[in-house]
Amino acid sequence: MQEILSIVKDPELTFNQRFIAMAKAAENMIDPIELSEDARYFVNQKVVFDMDEGKAPYRPRYVTPDYDKFMAQGSAFLMLKPPKDIWEAVSNLMILYHHVPAAGGMTVYIGHLDRLLAPFDQHEEETYRAVEMLLLHVDRTISDSFVHCDIGPYDTRVGRIILDLSAKMQRPVPNMSLIYNENTSDEFALKAIEAGLVCSKPSFVNDAMYSKDWGSRYAVASCYNVLPIGGGGYTLGRLNLMELGKLAKTKEALMEDLLPRAVKAQCEQMDKRIQFIVDDCHFFENSFLNDEGLIEKDRFVGMVGLVGLAECVNTVLDVNEREDRFGTSEVANQFAEEIVDKIYEIVAAYKPKHGRFYLHGQVGIAEDVGLTPATRIPVGEEPELPVHLAVTARLQKYFATGIGELYPFDATAKTNPQSVLDIIKGAFKMDMRYISFYSSDSDVIRVTGYLVKLSDIEKLESGKAVLESSTVLGSGAKKGLKILERRVRGFNHA
Amino acid sequence: MHKEPLANVKAPVIKIIPFSCVDGPGNRSAVFFQGCGFHCQYCHNPETINLCKHCRRCVLVCPVKALSVHGEKVMWDCERCCGCDTCIKTCTYNSSPRIRYMTTDDVIAAITDSLPFIQGITTSGGECTLYHHFIAELFEKIHRLGKTAFVDSNGQIDFRQIPHLIDVTDKVMLDIKSVDEQEHRMLTGQSCKVVLDNLHYLLSIDKLFEIRTVIVPGILDNFRTVDIASKMISAWPTVRYKLIKFRTWGVKGALLNTEIPDDSLMKELENLIRHNGVSNVVIV
Repeated sequence: MQEILSIVKDPELTFNQRFIAMAKAAENMIDPIELSEDARYFVNQKVVFDMDEGKAPYRPRYVTPDYDKFMAQGSAFLMLKPPKDIWEAVSNLMILYHHVPAAGGMTVYIGHLDRLLAPFDQHEEETYRAVEMLLLHVDRTISDSFVHCDIGPYDTRVGRIILDLSAKMQRPVPNMSLIYNENTSDEFALKAIEAGLVCSKPSFVNDAMYSKDWGSRYAVASCYNVLPIGGGGYTLGRLNLMELGKLAKTKEALMEDLLPRAVKAQCEQMDKRIQFIVDDCHFFENSFLNDEGLIEKDRFVGMVGLVGLAECVNTVLDVNEREDRFGTSEVANQFAEEIVDKIYEIVAAYKPKHGRFYLHGQVGIAEDVGLTPATRIPVGEEPELPVHLAVTARLQKYFATGIGELYPFDATAKTNPQSVLDIIKGAFKMDMRYISFYSSDSDVIRVTGYLVKLSDIEKLESGKAVLESSTVLGSGAKKGLKILERRVRGFNHA
Repeated sequence: MHKEPLANVKAPVIKIIPFSCVDGPGNRSAVFFQGCGFHCQYCHNPETINLCKHCRRCVLVCPVKALSVHGEKVMWDCERCCGCDTCIKTCTYNSSPRIRYMTTDDVIAAITDSLPFIQGITTSGGECTLYHHFIAELFEKIHRLGKTAFVDSNGQIDFRQIPHLIDVTDKVMLDIKSVDEQEHRMLTGQSCKVVLDNLHYLLSIDKLFEIRTVIVPGILDNFRTVDIASKMISAWPTVRYKLIKFRTWGVKGALLNTEIPDDSLMKELENLIRHNGVSNVVIV
């Protein structure tokens, strides 16, 4: 009762934010997922975690509909014909966004926008106004930095308009990724970097890596979650390697006993939650997206998220000096790689009832303290950038459902965006999957994967409600994850 | 052409920045060498002007004992150094004990981690062309790695006399501190004749990337230098003019209390450069 009252009275939440919190509270009153004893043990040890998606999951966490198909066929359920011009195209999209389910209540993927809109781009000025209206609508209604759009790899006028508007509007929503490959011109990439250095988006996606995992039909949604288009991610489990490391007395205990058990426990929790979504709640039978072919059951996957690799390695190896720790020591980095290899093997071998499971580099939640996202090197312990990039790339190979690293660059990079492109190209050649960056003087900054406005965090911390729910998370991460203390990169003159 | 083997020749390196976005096109590693023949009043790093004469004054004040005397020489322990700059502040000779004598292979080894991410290297200083043989050797190795090699210079050495370096240099970034002989002598202690000769020479062989001028209002005739220098490069559209705002950071001596140019002055100078037909202008 107290929880309900505190939600409905919370002065920092808007009506919509209270509404979503109330739905979550209701869902959490029941607990229908039954776990094995071993799985329960790891849940209680805070190693296995369902990301608070809700105790009675009745929808996939992430749905990434086939918007291209929707543009071609319209929707019988929504009584929409295929659009004939840019205004109908934008209107149809805005309507569909409100019917795409997600664990957080609001969609996390609004489509590959330049590809969707390019066929309707007749007059530049009109397209500009239509795209501006679309972005404004998404920012003010979905209002959650986990909503993501994709652009590229080709240089299009719509793509350029989206970049121009992003730089001009200075809003954290929507999050944005540029699919980057050999077809992306340097000119377009540089324009994206210029935008990135003033509004912290887009991030760059290494298409060479992800197309090996998924072919060309994949989307980047939410923070940097990579999922099949026309499907999505059923659930995101989170394996907390920092907590697991505390349980392990020795390297052998971790590798031979605790790690295999914990990974299986995480998979079991996900497997059972997915069965509840599919078999008990009949999500697909209940969805017009499925009836109209905008999603298909066999294009949904489960995501095994990892956090705290750095803490796990340092705890199990019992190392305190910088030169012995993860990120700097080759022994520690090698051990980190062994841990990830082992997790990958177990996850790849696990056969859930529905779909398959893939690794994801989880970025943390606002409550985390001293827990480093995914396979990253802790804030404050970053080595020189070239080494940092190489270590990061090396640990990303198995993360088919997304992993990312972010670098705040000194503002001088704005005078030489080519320098950032050189770094991205080098990192992608080393098989890094995804890079985000921002300028140290930006107001819109990246927290762990999502974006917030620093000025909004200040507003929230002074006790006022703000539009974006992710600002609330950003405020927590600022304190717990030291996001404002990241090593600003490069670029000092002697 | 016969060249003496340089494998064991060492040069005094102040530092190597793995990634720099202000030392030429794209991302570059920048290598800084100790020693300079100019003594500019506005020098931001006056400790890079002279080679250490081992007077030991700094050894006495180092708070972490990173400096010691071996034989007659002051030695620096970079692991122990905390970077507090006490040695530099104590030095009365515009020098620094924090120098590593490196071979070209040492320099290559130091930038190996950066290679996948850079277009090339830029040598700077101090005045790097004082070590023209060393740098020529370094650049040959850099080219073999498929990277470009740029020189950041104040043009104090006649480039026609060091073809072994210029031949293996992709482009030069040249300081034009002043076009007026008297003013240049007042500012740097040296003539500008060789600098301007070098400017013409580099243009004639298409090896000039940019010229740069530090703007110091009230002390220098900024408009005259910028006007004349921009006219000199205007026929070469790829050559950039970089205007640098004077800042007091690091400066010792007379100019410490000089005013910093405001944005409107920088804009006026930019307009003058553009008016003279140079479209590639950067202000930093």
